[in-house]
Amino acid sequence: MKVDDFSFLIGGEAGAGISRSGFLFAKAGMRGGLHVFGTNDYQSLIRGGHNFYVVRMSEKEVYCQADNINLLIALNAETVTLHKNELVPKGGIICDSDDMALTSDMLGRPDLKLYPLPLRKIVVDELKEPHSLIMRNTVALGAAIAITDYDLGLLEEAMRDTFKAETAESNIKAAHVGYDFVKQKFDGNFDYQLKKTEATGKNRIFLSGNEAVGLGAVKAGCKFYVGYPMTPTTGILHFMTSNERDFNMIAMQPEGEIAAINMVAGAAFAGVRAMTATSGGGFCLMSEGLGMAGMTETPIVVMVGQRPGPSTGLPTYSAQGDLRFVVHASQGEFPRVVVAPGDVEECFYETMRAFNWAEKYQLPVIILTDKYVLESEVSVEPFDGNRVKVERGSIVSERYEGGGEYRRYEVTETGVSPRAVPLTKGAIVHANSDEHTEDGHTSEDPIVTLTMMDKRMRKLDTINKEFEERNVETTKFYGSEDAQATVVSWGSTKGPIREAMKLLAAEGTVVNYLQILYLHPFPKARVEQVLSRAKKTIVVENNKTSQLSGLIRERLLRKVDHKILKYDGRSLNPGDLATRIKEVL
Amino acid sequence: MVTLADLNTPHKNTWCPGCGNFGILSAVKSVFVELGLEREQVVLVSGIGCHGKISDYVNVNTFHGIHGRVLPVATGIKLANPDLTVIGFSGDADCYDEGWDHFCHAVRRNVDATLIVHNNMILGLTTGQTTATSQAGFRSKSTPFGSVVPPLNPIAHALISNGTFVARGFAGDPKHLTGLIVEAVKHRGFNYIDVFQPCVTFNYLNTYEWFRSRVYKLEEAGHDVTDRQKALEKSFEWGDRIPIGIFYKEDKPTYRDNLPHLKGVPLTKMPIQDIDISGVVESMK
Repeated sequence: MKVDDFSFLIGGEAGAGISRSGFLFAKAGMRGGLHVFGTNDYQSLIRGGHNFYVVRMSEKEVYCQADNINLLIALNAETVTLHKNELVPKGGIICDSDDMALTSDMLGRPDLKLYPLPLRKIVVDELKEPHSLIMRNTVALGAAIAITDYDLGLLEEAMRDTFKAETAESNIKAAHVGYDFVKQKFDGNFDYQLKKTEATGKNRIFLSGNEAVGLGAVKAGCKFYVGYPMTPTTGILHFMTSNERDFNMIAMQPEGEIAAINMVAGAAFAGVRAMTATSGGGFCLMSEGLGMAGMTETPIVVMVGQRPGPSTGLPTYSAQGDLRFVVHASQGEFPRVVVAPGDVEECFYETMRAFNWAEKYQLPVIILTDKYVLESEVSVEPFDGNRVKVERGSIVSERYEGGGEYRRYEVTETGVSPRAVPLTKGAIVHANSDEHTEDGHTSEDPIVTLTMMDKRMRKLDTINKEFEERNVETTKFYGSEDAQATVVSWGSTKGPIREAMKLLAAEGTVVNYLQILYLHPFPKARVEQVLSRAKKTIVVENNKTSQLSGLIRERLLRKVDHKILKYDGRSLNPGDLATRIKEVL
Repeated sequence: MVTLADLNTPHKNTWCPGCGNFGILSAVKSVFVELGLEREQVVLVSGIGCHGKISDYVNVNTFHGIHGRVLPVATGIKLANPDLTVIGFSGDADCYDEGWDHFCHAVRRNVDATLIVHNNMILGLTTGQTTATSQAGFRSKSTPFGSVVPPLNPIAHALISNGTFVARGFAGDPKHLTGLIVEAVKHRGFNYIDVFQPCVTFNYLNTYEWFRSRVYKLEEAGHDVTDRQKALEKSFEWGDRIPIGIFYKEDKPTYRDNLPHLKGVPLTKMPIQDIDISGVVESMK
C-alpha cells in the first residue's frame, strides 16, 4: 500500500547522530518529489538521554509533524518504550537485535511489524568500522528504504552532497548492507510504502528557521552579525559565520549578549545593517542595549528565539512565553517593531523586511521566534529574494547639504530624522542615550523632553500609516469567511493549526484562522475586522497565561471566547489540537 | 584640518572647577589638532559618569552610550568602518566595574581603537562611592568604614591579556598625556591608556598632590617598552613611586587584519542591493 502521508521517527541517545540521519532521510524524500517536514527533540546534554527526529512526508504540502508514526528506528530500548504507542496500526520498528530481543506480543502491540537487524555486528564485522558505531544509523536508514520500497539512490545522493567523499562512500556502503539485509531476510509486505512523485520536488530547498532567518539577513545586506551561542538560536550563528567570507560580512562571537547588542548598535550607528540573535535569557541581558537603540534611534535587528522559562527553564524545548517581555522590554517608552514569523518562509521574508523597518524608522526591530520554528526543517519552494526590496529610508549620502549644522534628531512630522553616518562630509553626528536636543547634546529641559519623546513615539503612527497604505500583511487569514469559529494565534502554532484545520475539514467542521504576524505596533483594525465577524474566537498559544489574549483585550477591549494553551515545552500535534478545538465548539 | 576652535561646542561644561577631566579634555583636543584629523573622521564614544559628558564638549562625531558599554560600541563602529578614528572614553566604574566584562576581551581582540579611562578611583556623579580602583581602606558613602577589598590592577590585566599598547597618564600633566594619546592613536591595535584623574570633590585621598608626589615617567627611567615581563613588573609598582608612560607596545595584526576577505574595505561600502544568494540556495536542494 502506497501511502500519501508517511512519518518516520529515529530515536536514540544523544551523540548517536540522530538529527543527521533524520536530515538524510528527509532529503531523500524531498528529492523524490515529496513535501517534507522534520523536527527534532533533544535534551540539554551531549551524550546519553533520549533524542529523536521525526520526518513527515507527503505528496501534499505539510505544515508540521503528524500525530502518528509509520516506521520507527529504535537505536535503544527507550525509543521503543516511549514511542510504541504512537505507531499506526501495523506500523514497523527497526531495532538492533544485538541490544534487544523484541516481540510484538511483548510490546502489547501484536499488529506491529518488527525488523530486528544486527546493526552493531554489521558495523563491526561486516563494515569493519568498530570505531564508528554511529554507522548503525546508516545501516538502519538503508533498511528503512528497503522496508518502504523507496529509492536507495536518492539516499546515496543525499549522502554524497552532505558528507566528504570518503565518509559518503563508507556510509553508502553501510546503507546498502542494511537495504540488502531487509530485502533478503524479510518479506516485502509492509503496509506503508513510499512513492516518488514527478520531479517538482527537486527544485525545493530543505532548511530550518535558523537558516531561513540567516539567509534573509544575508539577502537583506546584513554585513555585521554578532551572536553569543544560545539554544535555539545557535544555528543562525553557525550559518552566519560559515557564510562570513562568501558575503563579505563580519560574523563573530563576542564575550556575551550585552557586548553583542552594543557592538551591533555601534556598527549600525556607523551605517551598516547589523543583527544579533539570542533566547530569552540573553535578551534579558540585551534589554538595556535595546532601550539604548530606541533612544539613540539606531536601527538594529534582534532575533529572539523563545524556549520555556522562567530562567534556564527547558533549554532545548519550545515555548511562546516571551511575547509580553519583548513588547515591553527595557525601561521607559520608545517605539519598536515586533514581528513573529510562523513558518520558514516567513522567517526569510520577515527578516528581510525587518532590516527595512529598522532603517526606515531608525529603531530596534525584534523578530520573535521559538525553538520549534527555528530548529524544525521543512521543504519549501526556493525564496524569491526580489519580493522584498532593500529600502534604507532617509539616509544622507556622501555629503550633508541641508541648511546649517546637521542635526541627528531633527524634529519632523513623521518623527524620522534624516540619518547621516560618521564620515558624511559636512555632518557631525551626535548620538546620545541621555535625553537630548535635536543636535544630540544632553538636555534635561522639560520642553526638550516632551518634544523628543513625542518625536520618537510619532514614528509608531508613521509605521501604522505606511503599513496601511502599502497594505503590509501584518496579519494573515486562512480558510473561508463562513466558519463555526475563528482560531487566532501568532508564531509557530501556525503549522499545527493549519494541519488541524485540514483534519477538522475532513470531518465537516469548519474553522478559519487569523495569524497575527506583527505584534507591535498591534494591527488593531485588521484584527478587529476579523474578530468582529467571528462566531466564536479561540486563541491558541504555547504559554500558560495566554499573553495574546491579554494583548487583544488591551488593544481592542475584546474578550476572546476560548483559549487552548500548551506549555509543556512541546509543540502542539494536529490531532490533539483538532480534538481540543472540537471540545470548545 | 581641524583647529582647537572648531572642536568647541556651545554646551556649558558642568564638571567641577579643577576636575581632572579638564586636563584630559584639553589633551584630547590638542591631539586632534596635532594629528591633523578632520572632525568627520573621528568618533568619540563615551559611557556614563562624569567622564561621559566629554561627548558634549568636543565637536566631533560622538556616541554617548550606556554605563559600562563603551568598548563594545566602539568595537562595532571600528569594525564597520575602519576609515574612522575611534576613541573610547570611559571611567573607572564604567570600565573596571560595570564594563569589566568587556575589558580583557577588547584588549585581546586588538581592534584598532583607543581607550582612555578617566580613573579617579571613585564614583563622582553618584556623589562618592568606591570603585574597582579605590584603595583598600578608602572611606566613601558606600564604604563608610573603609573598603575592605584591594583595588584591581588594570594595567597588569591589560598586559596579561596580550595588550599591544598599554600606558598610563596623569591628568595633572596634560602635555605628557597629549604625547601618550598621540602615540596611542598613531599605533595600529587596541591602545589603552589609564589616566589618573583627580576628583576634587569626593576623593579626599587621591588628590593632585598625592599623584604629583608619586608619579615618575617610565621613559625617563630607561624602561624598555618591548619587554612584556618588565612591563608587568612595573605594573605592580605602587606606593611612594608610581610609573606613568608607555608600559608596553607591540605591532601585531589587528582583528580586522585577520579577516582577509574584507581587504580593508569598510562594511559600509559593501553593496547591499541584489545580493546573490543562489549558491547557498543551491546547497539546500
